[in-house]
Amino acid sequence: MLALTVITTAPLDHEALVRALDTTGIGAVSVFLGLVRDNNKGRRVLHLEYEAYEPLAVRGLDLIVTEAREKWPSVRLAIHHRIGRMEIGEASVAIAAASPHRADAFAASRYAIERIKQIVPIWKHEYFEGGDVWIEGATADPDNAEAREEALRIACA
Amino acid sequence: MRVTVRLFARLRDIAGAGELQRDAPAGANVHAVWAGLVSEFPEFSAYEKSISCAVNADYSRFTAAVADGDEIAFLPPVSGG
Repeated sequence: MLALTVITTAPLDHEALVRALDTTGIGAVSVFLGLVRDNNKGRRVLHLEYEAYEPLAVRGLDLIVTEAREKWPSVRLAIHHRIGRMEIGEASVAIAAASPHRADAFAASRYAIERIKQIVPIWKHEYFEGGDVWIEGATADPDNAEAREEALRIACA
Repeated sequence: MRVTVRLFARLRDIAGAGELQRDAPAGANVHAVWAGLVSEFPEFSAYEKSISCAVNADYSRFTAAVADGDEIAFLPPVSGG
C-alpha cells in the first residue's frame, strides 16, 4: 500500500495516489497537481530545485491530513511532494482528496495546498534567465491560528 | 553540551554547510543557539523576524530548552507547493 504522505525525488504518479485511497463509500475524488511554471514575477524560469527537511516535512503533511480530518471527517487525503530538480511542466506536488460528495473533496484539497505553503519545511530554488533565487514564503508555524483560519477561509470560499 | 544544527535553503548557502556541530552552555534554549549563529554569520540577522525552528525533527519554539545531542533545525520562510 502506497503511503498517504510522502516526500520523494521520484516523478509523481497521481493515479497511484488515487489508488492509495480507500474509496469505500466515496462519490468524488479531487486531484490537484502543482506544476513548475515557466515564469515567475516577470522572470523566465528555467527549472526549479526543491529542498526539504524530510522528517519534519512528512510530519507537516501528516498534520495537514489530521487537520483536514477534523474539519471534513469523511474526507480521505493523500499528499505527495517531490524534491530535487524539476523541469518546466513537471509536477512538484500531488494531492488527492476522496469524499462521499464533491464539495468536501474540493475544499479539503484546496486547504491542503494552502497549508503546505504555510507550514511544510520545503524550499524552492528558482533558476531563471539571468540568475537564481531561493523563494521565501511563510514562516512555518503550525500553531499560528490566524494562518490556519486563512487557509480554511480560502478552502471554503 | 554539543548540538547538531541543521540549516536549509539560503541559510545553508550563507553558512556553506547544511549541518554544523556547535557547543551550547548547559540550560541554553534554541534562541541561544540561534544567537551564536547570528554572531558567526551576520547575514542570518535578516531572518530574525521570519525564522522558525524545530528540535529533533518536531516543530518547536525559540524558548524551548535544548539538551546534549539535540538536532536543532532553523527554517527560513518555506516555499513548498
